Amino acid sequence: MNFMDVLSNALRGAFGAEAAIYALAAVGLNLHFGFTGLLNFGHVGFMLVGAYGVAVSVSTWGLSLWVGLLIGIGCSIVLALILGIPTLRLRGDYLAIATIAGAEVLRYFYRSDWAAPITGGVYGLRQFANEFFALNPYSSNLELGPLLFSARNLWVMTVGWSLVVLTSLLVYLLVHSPWGRVLRAVREDELAARSLGKNVYAYKMQSLVLGGVIGGLAGALIAIATQSVNPDNFNPAVTFYLWAIMILGGASRILGPILGSIIFWFLATFLDSFLRNATASGLISPDVISGPDVGALRFVFVGLCLLLLMIYRPAGILGDPKELRLDVR
Amino acid sequence: MSDELSNDAVVESREEIVATDTEQHPSAGAERAAAALAGVAPEPGVAKPDAILVADDVSKSFGGVRAVRVDHLEVQRGTITALIGPNGAGKSTFFNLVSGFDKPDSGTWSFDGTDISGAPAYRIARRGMVRTFQLTKALMRLTVLENVMLGATEQRGERMLAAPLRWVWKGQEDDVEEKARALVERFRLSHMAHEFAGICSGGQRKLLEMARAMMVDPAMIMLDEPMAGVNPALVQSLLGHIQRLRDEGTTIVLVEHDMDVIMSISDWIVVFAEGAVIAEGRPDDIRTNEKVIEAYLGKRRALPTAQENDA
Amino acid sequence: MRPRLMAILAALVLLFLTGAGTASAAVVGAAPATGHHPAALTAAGDQSLKGTLRGPDGKPVSGVKITAEQKGQTVGSATSNAEGQWQIPLPGPGEFNLKLDVSTLPKGVQTRDKGGEVLEAVVVAPQQQRTVIFPLISTSQPQQAKPGAAPQSTSGPGQTGDQNQSGATAEGGEGVSLSRVLQLVVEGLKLGAIIAITAVGLSLIFGTTRLINFAHGELVTIGAVVAFWISTDPGNVPLVLAGVAALVVGGLLAGGLDLGLWRPMRRRGTGLIQMFIISIGLSLFLRYLILVLFSGRREKYAQYALQPAMQLGPITITPRDLIVTLASFAILVLVAVLLQRTRMGKAARAVADNKDLAEASGIDVDRVILSIWIIGGGLAALGGVFYGVTQGAVYWDMGFNLLLLMFAGVILGGLGSAYGAMVGSIIVGLVSQLSNLWFPPSLQNAWALLVLIIVLLVRPQGILGRAERAG
Repeated sequence: MNFMDVLSNALRGAFGAEAAIYALAAVGLNLHFGFTGLLNFGHVGFMLVGAYGVAVSVSTWGLSLWVGLLIGIGCSIVLALILGIPTLRLRGDYLAIATIAGAEVLRYFYRSDWAAPITGGVYGLRQFANEFFALNPYSSNLELGPLLFSARNLWVMTVGWSLVVLTSLLVYLLVHSPWGRVLRAVREDELAARSLGKNVYAYKMQSLVLGGVIGGLAGALIAIATQSVNPDNFNPAVTFYLWAIMILGGASRILGPILGSIIFWFLATFLDSFLRNATASGLISPDVISGPDVGALRFVFVGLCLLLLMIYRPAGILGDPKELRLDVR
Repeated sequence: MSDELSNDAVVESREEIVATDTEQHPSAGAERAAAALAGVAPEPGVAKPDAILVADDVSKSFGGVRAVRVDHLEVQRGTITALIGPNGAGKSTFFNLVSGFDKPDSGTWSFDGTDISGAPAYRIARRGMVRTFQLTKALMRLTVLENVMLGATEQRGERMLAAPLRWVWKGQEDDVEEKARALVERFRLSHMAHEFAGICSGGQRKLLEMARAMMVDPAMIMLDEPMAGVNPALVQSLLGHIQRLRDEGTTIVLVEHDMDVIMSISDWIVVFAEGAVIAEGRPDDIRTNEKVIEAYLGKRRALPTAQENDA
Repeated sequence: MRPRLMAILAALVLLFLTGAGTASAAVVGAAPATGHHPAALTAAGDQSLKGTLRGPDGKPVSGVKITAEQKGQTVGSATSNAEGQWQIPLPGPGEFNLKLDVSTLPKGVQTRDKGGEVLEAVVVAPQQQRTVIFPLISTSQPQQAKPGAAPQSTSGPGQTGDQNQSGATAEGGEGVSLSRVLQLVVEGLKLGAIIAITAVGLSLIFGTTRLINFAHGELVTIGAVVAFWISTDPGNVPLVLAGVAALVVGGLLAGGLDLGLWRPMRRRGTGLIQMFIISIGLSLFLRYLILVLFSGRREKYAQYALQPAMQLGPITITPRDLIVTLASFAILVLVAVLLQRTRMGKAARAVADNKDLAEASGIDVDRVILSIWIIGGGLAALGGVFYGVTQGAVYWDMGFNLLLLMFAGVILGGLGSAYGAMVGSIIVGLVSQLSNLWFPPSLQNAWALLVLIIVLLVRPQGILGRAERAG
């Protein structure tokens, strides 16, 4: 078995387009949970509407990709309002169930016959992002030692990581302002913030919209990067990935989602690649682990990751142990 | 636990002078309050010469049980008004209703001449009627200073669109910080200013809550059991702070169980039983009031424990 | 199965359950094994439907045309070759209707079942090459009635094959006929009662510990899977006994989780949000462990799978479903009696009402919580068996599919109230089934979840929940 292969695969996973896109979505989730304390378990819903905003605009309505992007962002805002208006007055755990239910309802509708003329139903839509790749400044592949990135991939990565940096910067500025102070106060204790004259509902809504837009951007980027959308790819598992990433890196840390995503994808691709390599080379007998199991084991890993992190290190890698002791909720 | 005690002890020793001072002779504020209330008859629902809070027909039921049914209640400006009553008498619920934290079934109330019935809690707070909580709500993972700074109203940087533009709010932020530091100093929390509020002791949290509430510049502050869960050594110092606020002109309404505390600092006492106001008056009136004694009789055992949950 | 893998995974579970930080490093090192691309980036892969047609004589039948349809649109077709083999590549995973063109069958050959030329709602998982059988017989033999338990849609729990089978009554009107309404009410009650059984535990656990147990759905799946394993080769234990065994396993597992995980967490004073996320991790962990052990296939209980339906007035129902429905309601009544009459039940209600007060009055709160976990876990597992029986399918994420409906029921009725969970669940069952009167079945869960969101909007404390009294 070729260990260098496994390692280079893992490195490519750690810095590749998926890692960037998931980091971006996690930045939005971090604004929700890390800084505002919103238990959003329907983040994939924002990604769904962002992705379909782009896809439908181009494929169904024949609009420009950039208009589609704006429509996708608009859809995220509308979704945040629809989800937020009824649920943001509720206790946190209700919000969690309402958001996961909301995202599922959305997926059901996007894949339904009714929506099929617009969304393509269960088949989704394809080939709508040529405008994006037409702008690709890279003309050749990049080789870094054993790492090989195609020009196309490089372009998606560049845009993806740039967006991650830009949104993280924005979140940094926001959180280190009086606005961010109110947000953190809401996270700690809503009633206290309200007793000091803060319109908690409005702040939660602002956070939900902003984080939702970032999630929508991530969704749009997935759609663009893969040139395809399919409702069933936006299932609740994606949200759980994002939670694992955010908590791994450290919720309420600016760099948490970035570090979390890099480590997460490194581990995920490493293990994936290792197992495939090991079974292929006969190091692990196919009796023990066969092809389809490898895919399922990834989720076993995500589940364990989430569980053990929450038990032993709820503040994540970047978390402040001092804060950890104060986390009484 | 021992940590908490020692923390409180430190604060207590710093506060000793203030505490003993106020206990001996009535302060200017107390005299002013007494004078203002001089001609007021000690009967439920009586009108006050200068009422800051007026409530009418406020009622609330839980599962068929009338928790609150206040026909008429006025709170005199610049006084310390205490709400007392047996457990479950509806004091805290009344508190929640008028401060906008709970919705009544019926009723109207006004603050400083403005009708605020049914207004959301944050609007009521911005109008200058700020409350604290029975179980202190320190914002654990904010520093003590941040906790206090949060109280400032009309902060430009609290608007989302202005937040990333530091130059828009930096100047105001400096002023807010200065004011907050002064309050932190006044409530003897300077040594904790940059620590997470979560590590404060019970007594320090009560002080912090008061400092934070004062940052809003309230005309009236409502304290829900300010002595609950506080190390007894610190009680006197907390009382000193409360009286000082009154002396500076802030109206204080408090719910408390400790009769000694109430009798010693209140200018006016309102007695609740089964959701209704059954008596009002100066401490001396209340001590001898038949109805009050009746309300407490048989429930005497439940009366003096300050720690118990007032439902 | 693959015994070695099972042993390894079982060891992992044990390691994990016995807890301790020492185990964690080993577990992290061993378990993380990952698959192809992440969910959101998986391209619509290579799934297909295939099969081999053989005539009554066992010889291959060629030249028969088979079409696959999805949502009324043809998505592919194939003609059987000389070996009788046919394969239709599919655009993506999902559910399909397969039609065998009878006119292309050779003379003297017909489908074994009446209407057997159509297979409805065949579900194909990602990357699955699903084999489908069209049983063929000689025209001289009589055709049989179509078996009731056709594979059904993943998004349509509770909708069983019975509707197809009930012929005129169910299929007759797309519109709103009284008999159709009654039929759907029965379907709704059936589904609702099963949701209720599983949801009672969820609600009671919340009531006593404030934990929203996201892993409750996996207890449901585990129940169904355990009963499946026991009731098929090599044991072939009667399904009724297998159901009892599932109940026991579910109860023990849930009790073990409380002892090994949740009780220590409570002792440590772990925050509710933290516990909530832990339960999500646990849910993912268990669900995909089941996928590894059980595989992604949809299985059927061999026993009671084929039953002719009975006609009760305007309603058509198989004896199996009738018994399951009646048993479900009986269990709900039993739970109510337990809560109302027994010491344990009273203690449970006391803990749910006010934990501190209960503790102060001498109730062993930890024991009460443990019993609730055991009972709740057992009921969830039993509900899983019922669900698997009535749905005619046992599969790895059936519990997760049910979970959101359970949440809907629990919240609808009022979080923490056992009776609320029962009422709410039955309403959810009715809503999802009755929506079929006007809307496509693929959306029936969506309506149930929308009801959940609307209830949260209008009456967050639920139908039977009381508004909490403030301070």
